[in-house]
Amino acid sequence: MAQMIIDTANHITGYAARAARVKVVAAYPITPQTTIVEKIAEFAESGKMDVEYIRVESEHSAMVACIGAAAAGARAFTATSAHGLALMHEALHWASGSRLPIVMAVVNRAMGAPWSIWSDFSDSLSQRDTGWMQFYCADNQEVFDTVIQAYRLCEDGQVFLPAMVCLEGFILSHTYMPVKIPDQDKIDGFLPSYKSGWILDVNRPVSHANLVSPEWYMEFRYMIQSAMENAKRIIPEIDREYGKIFGFEYGGLIEKYKCEDADLILLTMGTMGSDAKIAVDQLRKEGLKVGSARVRVFRPFPVEQIRKLSEQAQMLATIDRHISFGMEGFLATETKASIFSLKDPPLVAGFIAGLGGRDVTSKTIEEIAKKSIKWMRLGRVEKETEWIDLRE
Amino acid sequence: MTIKELSKEEYLLKGHAACAGCGPSIALRLLFKALGNNVILVVPACCTTVIQGTYPYTSFAVPLQNILFESTAAAASGIVAALRQRKLEGTTVVGWAGDGGTVDIGIQALSGAAERKTDFIYICYDNEAYGNTGMQRSGATPYGAWTTTTPSGKRERKKDMPLIMAAHRILYVATACPSFPIDFVNKLRKAKDIEGTKYIHILTPCPTGWRYDTSKTVELGRLAVQTGLWALYEIEYGKFKLNPPSDRLVDEAKRKPIKEYLTLQGRFRNLTEEDIGQIQKWVDEDWERYRKLTSNSTSDSTLYGKT
Repeated sequence: MAQMIIDTANHITGYAARAARVKVVAAYPITPQTTIVEKIAEFAESGKMDVEYIRVESEHSAMVACIGAAAAGARAFTATSAHGLALMHEALHWASGSRLPIVMAVVNRAMGAPWSIWSDFSDSLSQRDTGWMQFYCADNQEVFDTVIQAYRLCEDGQVFLPAMVCLEGFILSHTYMPVKIPDQDKIDGFLPSYKSGWILDVNRPVSHANLVSPEWYMEFRYMIQSAMENAKRIIPEIDREYGKIFGFEYGGLIEKYKCEDADLILLTMGTMGSDAKIAVDQLRKEGLKVGSARVRVFRPFPVEQIRKLSEQAQMLATIDRHISFGMEGFLATETKASIFSLKDPPLVAGFIAGLGGRDVTSKTIEEIAKKSIKWMRLGRVEKETEWIDLRE
Repeated sequence: MTIKELSKEEYLLKGHAACAGCGPSIALRLLFKALGNNVILVVPACCTTVIQGTYPYTSFAVPLQNILFESTAAAASGIVAALRQRKLEGTTVVGWAGDGGTVDIGIQALSGAAERKTDFIYICYDNEAYGNTGMQRSGATPYGAWTTTTPSGKRERKKDMPLIMAAHRILYVATACPSFPIDFVNKLRKAKDIEGTKYIHILTPCPTGWRYDTSKTVELGRLAVQTGLWALYEIEYGKFKLNPPSDRLVDEAKRKPIKEYLTLQGRFRNLTEEDIGQIQKWVDEDWERYRKLTSNSTSDSTLYGKT
């Protein structure tokens, strides 16, 4: 029987790892990720989860131990935040380059200095080019569902890449919400036992990841790019199938809300997508044709979906909980790049908001929308990148 | 056991890319003769990255996981965990790393894995410098040795890694040298049957970095042991024991002067008589310590619980 529980997104992540029948967890504590690894420890020690739990001495070792476990034939999981993720950076490349289907929860937190423990996408977005797929969740149910979906995706023979499931620190991580945990046998039906492209096998001795000359390296990179392209096609298929079985569906790569007739579309990631829906409803009451599109998957980036939105909309407004210093937010950059080759592209305005956990409410988003509409009517964006709620 | 009784099987294949006279490649050959091929080898960035050959070839007839420089023991931890989940505990997981990857950049992951009692054998093959990158100084480079980053000779002493590992209270720590192959093979076999972390530190002479004739690798290893500069011992369940021929060298008179070892190598060309005298003094002090460890050491089964 499916079960309704009320718990935090971090605990729900632990439930999801258990439901996915993860066999090896290697993890190191960091705020705000800690309650994930505590939940899994509780499951492991009470016999509620059949798992080898390696309490490693660093995040770097956590990721490398996951690489070792996945290479030796076990479904592997870890979770981290901010500086822990940054410490893993080198190993993230090794995981994707090795084509190992590892899933990691990233509880988004701002990077220091100065120290901050609050939500910010600059940790995971800094890992944009590591060859990991990246999902961003808007609520606790989506966190659960995305972990299960991510394993199915990563272990797809046309993909074989690792994935991050990102959830915002404190906004989701420590917030209680009701979540439906489906029957285990149904999850098992959706997510069969572990599959990888290769395995360390004493009966078939192969050296893995040894030195590759310039004659071959580019081909290996191209294969990862192709796998990402395949993932773009497979993610919506998996999402639809999951929706049919379990009743939750998230629009595949991008979750659209009232975009059909919208002049202005607000592009967000994570929980801001939920606030954007509230803002859209309010703005619609005022007669403004606004829609919301929440980018659920940042890698592979939903280029085609954003182009499709651009056929209708006159303007796109991106809201980044992130800044690439010296440029703008990545969501702005990637959005502009996606539509650049269109014949008549919409205007794009980039907004930076919510860094280091500063609250972004539906009211904030309404203000962003109104400013964008002003520029839309002017026919030009007055400020390429606007910082929201910045102290004078 | 004699050398004739060693396995005839070769799992380090012909055509590997080691330098002529490579000490580590001799040790690798012995490693497989001791452990067989139900082995998964974990190799970080080190000379063995080169020895194995480039894609799509390999010179190893066992599965080999190449892994990041500082993370041999972490990768082994993951592999051991996965094998246990898959009920494949019969496979021996071996971390095979150089001295830089062990005593410097990899010490954190190794310390963590040892503290967690990870069931694997970790072998540090020590050529006393970063060999793969062209002989730069490491924490295992001895006093006075030329390296490309200590062109006038290193001014600090070598880190005592085996005793650092012994301080983790792991069940088995040993030193070895491929110039004494039966000793090395016996230690590997013993390590294979002990559950938990096993650490074996082997001194592997390197003609390329140590600047000696490629025909003298075995001789150099023998001299390192005969002069007492490298002692062969094991610490089993906490009990320290010198192994032949080192067990006969507690008596200072039985040890050859270290000068015989040092003067054969170009890397020690800049040593003064004073330096050599200092090194000899340190070696003698080490032996006083080994003597005490031998007479005082008893296995403490409560401290070294066999799990």
